[in-house]
Amino acid sequence: MSSTVDRQWTTRLRKRVEGTLPPEKLLPDTQPAYVASWIYVFGVLTLVAMAEVIGTGVILAIFGPQWWHVSSLGHFINSLHLWGVEVFFFAMIVHLWGKFAMAAWRGGRSLTWVTGAVTFLASILTAFTGYLSQTNFDSQWISTQAKDGINSTGGGAIFNVLNFGQMLMWHIVLMPLVLVALVGFHVILVRIKGVVPPIVENPEVGQ
Amino acid sequence: MSLDWGLGALINLNHPGHYIHWHVIDVSVANLAVMVLMVAAFVAALFLPFPGRKHRRGEEE
Ligand code: HEM
Repeated sequence: MSSTVDRQWTTRLRKRVEGTLPPEKLLPDTQPAYVASWIYVFGVLTLVAMAEVIGTGVILAIFGPQWWHVSSLGHFINSLHLWGVEVFFFAMIVHLWGKFAMAAWRGGRSLTWVTGAVTFLASILTAFTGYLSQTNFDSQWISTQAKDGINSTGGGAIFNVLNFGQMLMWHIVLMPLVLVALVGFHVILVRIKGVVPPIVENPEVGQ
Repeated sequence: MSLDWGLGALINLNHPGHYIHWHVIDVSVANLAVMVLMVAAFVAALFLPFPGRKHRRGEEE
């Protein structure tokens, strides 16, 4: 008997979420023994670094360029933002190497790998627009070098690296939204599928 | 304005970067250092024991 209640989109969505990602899968109590290795720390380290970068970026946005160029506290927060990015890329690349070595795309996990790879590319674009948002001679130099490369592709018509307002908004609005959405999806996919079993111990997985 | 804490930076970075040129490879010392550290972290992550992991491979809980 399918009542109108069963056909409501709220009911259908809830049942679907309950089926694919029940709370005990989203926030599990235990993990398989092989997860007790430092290599699994790098995904979470990337996540923590990203949170730090967003947090310090919000502080930079509140007080603005004059503050981060001139005051010592501004310099300090600016440096935390930069070094957070260094840790973020460092951890992400070690994470990528680890997942590559585990062939962690096995067993229907290809979308996890692909969202990770797209996140990597999107992070590079975020960093590049960040260099253009510094408001110093470095960003001027980088933008005038980059324009020739971009213009040779024809992309300069819509993505103009000399347009400071556009670069700043990509850096502090669009790309953070894209990254948070991608990373959220990436981590949810990991929770839905569970951690990939080691290659030797479970040969029938994947292929 | 400088942060004059008497300590200064751990390494003085206030000069143009140093570069290594080797055939087609052209890399700054800073970037090379980061790459070496990433490889070191990767190898360390594989071999350093993880705290709380008591069982050797093959043993059951
Ligand atoms: C912002 C960047 C990223 C964040 C925050 C992130 C975060 C995470 C986290 C927290 C996990 C689960 C814990 C772990 O296994 O380490 C994970 C798993 C995974 N990541 Fe990433 N990741 C990022 C980028 C990437 C990249 C660049 C790739 C590869 C191209 C990738 C591929 C994977 C795969 C395949 C898994 C699943 C592992 C499994 O099922 O055992 N990730 N990621």
